[in-house]
Amino acid sequence: MNETRSMNRRNFLKTGAVLSGGLIIGFYLPRIGRPSEAAPPSTSTFAPNAFIRIGTDDSVTILVNKSEMGQGVYTSLPMMVAEELEADWSKVRIESAPVAPAYNHTVFGIQMTGGSTSVWSSWEQLRKAGATARTLLIAAAAQTWGVREETCRAENGEVIHMPSGQRLSYGALASRAATLSVPSQVTLKDPKDFKLIGKPVKRLDTPEKTNGKAIFGIDVKVPGMLTAVVARPPVFGGKVKSFNADKAKAVPGVKAVVEIDFGVAVVADGFWSARQGRDALEIVWEEGPLATFDSQKQREQYAELAKQPGTVARKDGDAAAAMGGAVKKLEAIYEVPYLAHATMEPLNCVADVRPDGCDIWTGTQFQTMDRDAAARDAGLKPEQVRLHTTLLGGGFGRRAVPDSHFVREAVQISKAVKTPVKVLWTREDDIHGGYYRPMWYDRISAGLDANGHPIAWAHTIVGQSILAGTPFEQAMVKNGIDGTSVEGAVDLPYEIPNVYVDLHSPKMGVPVLWWRSVGHSHTAFVVESFIDELAHAAGKDPYEFRRTLLSYHPRHKAALELAAEKAGWGGPLPEGHGRGIAVHESFKSFVAQVAEVSVSKEGKIKVHRVVCAIDCGPVVNPDTVQAQMESGIVFGLTAALYGEITFEKGRVQQSNFHDYEMLRIEEMPVIEVHLVPSTEAMGGVGEPGVPPIAPAVANAVFAITGRRIRKLPIRAEDLKKV
Amino acid sequence: MILSVNGQEHTVDVSPDIPLLWVLRDTLGLTGTKFGCGMALCGACTVHLDGNAIRSCVTPVSAAVGKKIITIEGLSPDGSHPLQKAWIAEEVPQCGYCQSGQILSAAVLLAENPHPSDADIDDSLSGNLCRCGTYQRIRRAIHRAAQMMAEGGAR
Repeated sequence: MNETRSMNRRNFLKTGAVLSGGLIIGFYLPRIGRPSEAAPPSTSTFAPNAFIRIGTDDSVTILVNKSEMGQGVYTSLPMMVAEELEADWSKVRIESAPVAPAYNHTVFGIQMTGGSTSVWSSWEQLRKAGATARTLLIAAAAQTWGVREETCRAENGEVIHMPSGQRLSYGALASRAATLSVPSQVTLKDPKDFKLIGKPVKRLDTPEKTNGKAIFGIDVKVPGMLTAVVARPPVFGGKVKSFNADKAKAVPGVKAVVEIDFGVAVVADGFWSARQGRDALEIVWEEGPLATFDSQKQREQYAELAKQPGTVARKDGDAAAAMGGAVKKLEAIYEVPYLAHATMEPLNCVADVRPDGCDIWTGTQFQTMDRDAAARDAGLKPEQVRLHTTLLGGGFGRRAVPDSHFVREAVQISKAVKTPVKVLWTREDDIHGGYYRPMWYDRISAGLDANGHPIAWAHTIVGQSILAGTPFEQAMVKNGIDGTSVEGAVDLPYEIPNVYVDLHSPKMGVPVLWWRSVGHSHTAFVVESFIDELAHAAGKDPYEFRRTLLSYHPRHKAALELAAEKAGWGGPLPEGHGRGIAVHESFKSFVAQVAEVSVSKEGKIKVHRVVCAIDCGPVVNPDTVQAQMESGIVFGLTAALYGEITFEKGRVQQSNFHDYEMLRIEEMPVIEVHLVPSTEAMGGVGEPGVPPIAPAVANAVFAITGRRIRKLPIRAEDLKKV
Repeated sequence: MILSVNGQEHTVDVSPDIPLLWVLRDTLGLTGTKFGCGMALCGACTVHLDGNAIRSCVTPVSAAVGKKIITIEGLSPDGSHPLQKAWIAEEVPQCGYCQSGQILSAAVLLAENPHPSDADIDDSLSGNLCRCGTYQRIRRAIHRAAQMMAEGGAR
């Protein structure tokens, strides 16, 4: 990793040097010029690198190369730049970056947002970008005044000559700064001097999200644009056999019906006509091999697989032999279903394919791959495609698709009808549309010695690989193990001498994808529920039991202790309430949660309070961390209580929010978030709040009812008092 | 058909059974009102019709003729409605997609009940889903807005 990072640092500085050679604006897409969404600077601009533009009017524009999907990157990343730049925060505005190598992820090497990596992976890069600009502005001021740079400092958008008190604004210095060479080395600020980083700075995107001005992909309108709705196969892997578009074309407003790789598209003057047109289509489908696909049969198949040895993912000692010597043995089956992301903004994409170029407007997490896929379908070169990233009405991984399908649909339709086209998915299209969190089936066993100490742990995992068949497979599936299938299980932190984890990755044909917290959304539920089972079997307090097994994992332990302390673990509770606890590491952060729960006579669960502790290392914006914990908890709780996608005769059984339910405001627990003071390595915050909540709630349910939840979602009928 | 939207009259030439949502978005270009489900299940499309919070995705445009339609763009001329200020103060939005609907539902609540309890808020906003889980902050922001209005910070 260090090598990758220093490599990128070099590339970054090289880019900066090229830019300072006079080519300032429009450098990222030299063949077709500046992207249209970039406001034309009214005055000349100082652009020392890909992330910063300072106008002679004192404007500071920070280009953000990550997608804003609610996680706050349009604020936290500019904070990092502005901190080192010593910018006047009130003058900072942001712009979403176009697609260019300068904006690639410093670790993954493509332009993308995901894996809860935005802040830590940009930490050095963006502070350096800010420091570089600051250094040049100071040099420009020193030249102007004919003084030594050491006698000047930058503050709040100005350079000050300390001995004389003279000041020049960044805007006044921009033109001269633009003529200077970019230094190869810059000095970063001492963290104790931070003015923005570490403070709960208000989000820059809030006003526009309260007055209707925020532009999501669905809101994009370009001249001459038509709207398309696509009829896709009712069964995954199905194809169009034949279709009759006569009735669809007769619907007022419908302009065209075209077949594309993904189904049949009805193109109209607006969404409503397009949807009416789609309803009127007559399509004969070739349903393909999944026409009889059925969740119950799939479950039976997985149960059989779980009895057979899989590919070994971790082996410490000899779990089977140790199990033979155990005083107490436990074995359990855990199951979780397919889940849809159900972003509030349904998928959409606007494409304008022309013979000599193409523009794409969409809320995507995968700019480079989508741009390249668009180029292939449009028959253009990647540099002829301009991709404009809008705000995302939720991402959760659903807008990071390795096959770029929702972008390709728009490109294919626009190419066919020769006008700009917006493809819009309905909620039903979304829930039926696949790319789910995989269904998982786990067989897990453990043995305790006479002191109640676990001496053996064996965990067999069955479920589809989300990477199989994608361009990521080669790099990320190693020795038959998709790391995302076993994350959170192979890195079991508890001190157990004999651990065995194996994996089956059956190919089912259902499109699967990363879903907020990826493998951890499943493994944390299994591991943290089963460790709770062991605690109870050992006759020990679930918190103390975990604590004693975490001696070598101080960050887990500190988060666990803070959550327990703040929750008043072991203290009195209202009648009928119970507590459950869980701790889990994901995306380099450590999160513990204590859930306080009650269960009604009808078996209905009420989560009253969740106390959450996180160690994510140094914090850029504490309010964002808090918000992401709240968000992750609601996301995970929604899945634990409601989330389930099932199949019958190859068809998805759920379709909209009445049968794929979301947590509502009246079910919202009080959430308290506590940060573990930490100078350890930075971790992510977008996803790590999700994994612990399902086991924390399930463990609380056990504490109240004595019933162990081993299958999600939790069913009221299973908890009803008989 | 003549529609009164945010105090302005618009003549629209659309079929009477088109849901109001699509006339607002596709015909009038008022995209602050969002599409989430098309079945009145999520509240993203909430607008005011003569002061009531309605789901525009299932309301035929013909039902809005002769009534006053207010969308998020018309809640205040400059984002200065107490709820908008409170939303900013409490840092409510994350992705932001559902927030127009949340704010418009809350505005009707406060018009009818200037001092709502948490339970009142839950009742009034139960139909507005937020996938980012901002509910705790929504409650706080509504209380804050109620206080601002009581202290004379009203529109």
